[in-house]
Amino acid sequence: MQNAAMNIEDKGGDQLVLHVGPQHPGSGHFRIIVTVDGDYIVGAKPDPGYVHRGAEKMAEYRDYIQNIPHLERPVIIDATGVTLPYVLTAEKIIDVEAPDRAQYIRMIMAELNRIISHLYWLGIYGIFLGHSTMFMWPMGDRELFIDLAESIGGTRVTFSYVVPGGVRNDMPTNFKERALKTFDYFEKRIEEYKKIFFNNPLMSARTEGIGTMDKKDAIRLGITGSNLRACGIDSDTRKDETYCLYDRVDFEIPTRKEGDSYARCIVRLEELQQSMNIMKQVFDLIEPGPIKQVIGGVMRGEPGEAFVRTEAARGTMFYHIVSDGEKNPYRVKISVPSFRNLIGMTHLLVGSRLADMPAIYWSLDYWPVEADR
Amino acid sequence: MPSNLDTENQLVKSLTDQFKNKIKTEYVKHNRIKISTNQDNLKSLATSVKELGFEQVISHGGTDYPDNNVFRIEYHIICVSKKKLRSIMFSIMTEISKDTPEIETLIDIFPSAEFHEQETYENFGITFTGHPRMEKLLLPEDWDDIPPLRKDYILPGRG
Repeated sequence: MQNAAMNIEDKGGDQLVLHVGPQHPGSGHFRIIVTVDGDYIVGAKPDPGYVHRGAEKMAEYRDYIQNIPHLERPVIIDATGVTLPYVLTAEKIIDVEAPDRAQYIRMIMAELNRIISHLYWLGIYGIFLGHSTMFMWPMGDRELFIDLAESIGGTRVTFSYVVPGGVRNDMPTNFKERALKTFDYFEKRIEEYKKIFFNNPLMSARTEGIGTMDKKDAIRLGITGSNLRACGIDSDTRKDETYCLYDRVDFEIPTRKEGDSYARCIVRLEELQQSMNIMKQVFDLIEPGPIKQVIGGVMRGEPGEAFVRTEAARGTMFYHIVSDGEKNPYRVKISVPSFRNLIGMTHLLVGSRLADMPAIYWSLDYWPVEADR
Repeated sequence: MPSNLDTENQLVKSLTDQFKNKIKTEYVKHNRIKISTNQDNLKSLATSVKELGFEQVISHGGTDYPDNNVFRIEYHIICVSKKKLRSIMFSIMTEISKDTPEIETLIDIFPSAEFHEQETYENFGITFTGHPRMEKLLLPEDWDDIPPLRKDYILPGRG
């Protein structure tokens, strides 16, 4: 965080310094200080940290189980996306492995959460492009996926469902039928989304060719997730370094070459379909069996370290845990996708028009709470 | 899990051939390589790792070891464009004395490390020389306590 000053500062000539956020409804809990020359942005300095709570430090005071709900808090809209890599890392430390059925249910929860998170983003993106229908439709449809996840995890968004050794409880018996019904409905809705929003000339005018990042810059700056795939790189941790049982399902990695705001949006839209495809295959593959390897007593690992990455909704989520053999981890390092994508924001905003700022900012799906931890 | 470590061993060999005893291979496991070196060689090691094809810093952080009076600094580096290297995470590590917590920045080799290094600076008090913005990023601007991820900083109410 930097010193708060006046919201507008006259730099002389035609330049003005504008503070966008942290109370701005379009910024989230985040400020970006932009220098504008007329209508063009000539400088952009992100100022994160407004919701920094020191999650890494606090994790050193909690044991491996207590850390699950604790580390879920930064990304409650993608709760499984943030807890799954933590649990996979903890499993390496305490040396347990979840049974197959648990791995499949984890995949279902991770994909449901990806859809829940993407739909939230799509609603926000719609409203900031001035399209209120595209705010209401995804927010409404998101509830259907929340209902599905709730029937497994027990709560609407913060499930704390994945635990070392497996998952907390089994799926309800009629889950497959309910899910397939929702998927049927939602596949039709995706076509309607395209008609009203993605194929809408107004949407194209606001996003095509806006905030373009080329492949080389995306690699150089460490861009991750859908933002990277929109630049033509088909990198997805689910395939790059497979985890759970993603190697047993067949799915595509949506990519685009353009690297603009539109490409980032359409990649996410296509990922919704891929997530449903993964879940449909899991329904056919999953077999009855145990859902948890029971671990007796307090979980402790041998002194050592482990690091794991997974594909969360916003990109690669990375955990590095160091253990000294005690019941609490010695050090937990979390590298979140929003924090790594933040560097791309400066890169994209400089040279753009101020009016394009919401279209660029939200196309990156930046989640301030995740970045700040 | 496949036990074939050919790619990993090949990568490590090309570095050991170049650096000889200046680097130490901490471990080579499936998809994981960790190499440590001393503070002075970190930059040239990073350059060589980049030449091998690793392009992005996925994570960088420190760990405080007060008993040895050192900070351990690590960079975890991945490749996103070459299919053969995508599954591997390459970690390079060094230790610096807590008495002189200063090390050269790697952002001229890996620009993706910029914010990560800034975070390590504020959380451990480690200065990265050559980094253009050694200032607070996530912490409140009026934070005047010891850097919070050092072990001697005790969370309020937990002491």
